[in-house]
Amino acid sequence: MNKPFNMATLFIMLLVLQVFVLNNILFLDSINPYLYIVFVFLYPLKTNRVPFLFYSFLLGISVDFFSDSGGIHAFSILSIAYIRLFFVKIYFRKIEADFSFFKLKSESFGKVFNYTVTLTVIHHLILFSFANFSFQNLSNVLLNTLFSSFFTLTLYFLGTYIFTKSE
Amino acid sequence: MQQFIYFFQKFKYFLFFLLLQFIALTITFNNLNFHKNKFVNSANTLTGSLYSRAANITEYWNLKSKNKLLAEENTRLKNLLQKNITPHLSKDSTVIDSTKYHQKFTFSTAKIINNNYTNKFNFLTINKGTNSGIKKEMAVINSRGIIGITDNSSKSYARVQSILNRNSKINARLKNSNYFGTLGWDGKAYNTVQLSDLPRQAPFKIGDTIETGGKSTIFPEGIFIGTISKINKGNSADNKVDVALFNDMSNLGFIYVIKNYHKEEIKSIESQNE
Repeated sequence: MNKPFNMATLFIMLLVLQVFVLNNILFLDSINPYLYIVFVFLYPLKTNRVPFLFYSFLLGISVDFFSDSGGIHAFSILSIAYIRLFFVKIYFRKIEADFSFFKLKSESFGKVFNYTVTLTVIHHLILFSFANFSFQNLSNVLLNTLFSSFFTLTLYFLGTYIFTKSE
Repeated sequence: MQQFIYFFQKFKYFLFFLLLQFIALTITFNNLNFHKNKFVNSANTLTGSLYSRAANITEYWNLKSKNKLLAEENTRLKNLLQKNITPHLSKDSTVIDSTKYHQKFTFSTAKIINNNYTNKFNFLTINKGTNSGIKKEMAVINSRGIIGITDNSSKSYARVQSILNRNSKINARLKNSNYFGTLGWDGKAYNTVQLSDLPRQAPFKIGDTIETGGKSTIFPEGIFIGTISKINKGNSADNKVDVALFNDMSNLGFIYVIKNYHKEEIKSIESQNE
């Protein structure tokens, strides 16, 4: 099985891409895509969730190490990693027996769209609230969430469109 | 006991989640506090060396503007030199005041390898650390003005708290008068900082130059900061003015780190008063 190897590659690729490329985009001075959360979308569903939570935390804290932001990336990616199962159950109507057969690729686009949009918006909202760290400039937080989510999701869907093999 | 184990079994994911969230929150709060010891920052060996490699590649893209900065600085320093030389030539003899040679500050040069300016709490990473004598709370400037204060250093890298950080507080004054205030940042525009607590009787207008006040142990006095760009009318208690920075904080390269030899002495005498 090369699944763990795939996930490790994805982990490092996403980290490097985020830190050295995407953090420097700064479209209109402040809007960045946060594509590293794709790790949460793509990690296979398993009954034992401890490794998944831990790896998500590790990815978040690695991004934090590079961007000097304390622990805000770790906090927000861990939040969506924990509530992921809840949304999988809601949108895809899966029970525990289906977990090992679950693949994002084989689901219909509408469901995948709902799922990724929800998780992305939650992640970005938590991230920007913590980055702001006050009750002032709330409109700024909301606008940043909106634009960055749009940016992240566009990149994600373009990426999946390019990298999936046509069958 | 069995109930206890059952409880752990049932909520193990949630408890693990809470534990990790607690760690993340602790790191976040520590990061906001200037004096706390921090371990999650970009001044460690791994991130530092990766950033310096990336900086090595990208620095070629703005060599031209860096050269221009150097030329500007040279011109300014040469002009200063001319001012000092001229009067001495007319004298027959010069008296050497040996107390003048008691050096107070040293400057050492370093390079910025990671720059942030879009967050509310911005930090920079530079490519020198404790091996080059760079410690906590040293001033960081470049030829155009102030940049920040070092807050954490590893062996060969250090992290700098930028003036574009909502926790930043720097003593600043109006040029050519001794009225001083506190320089902070409201987190909005990266080219504007705020000077507050200026005395009410201080005369100032738009376009006046602001420089460091020298009333702290970190910055020498007279380092440029910016010019007053907006004066808030009204009766607010803190008498706040906007200052447009001379520095373009989004385009920084080589910097100077300033060490104050008298810091310990000043600190010890100040602590006696408390």
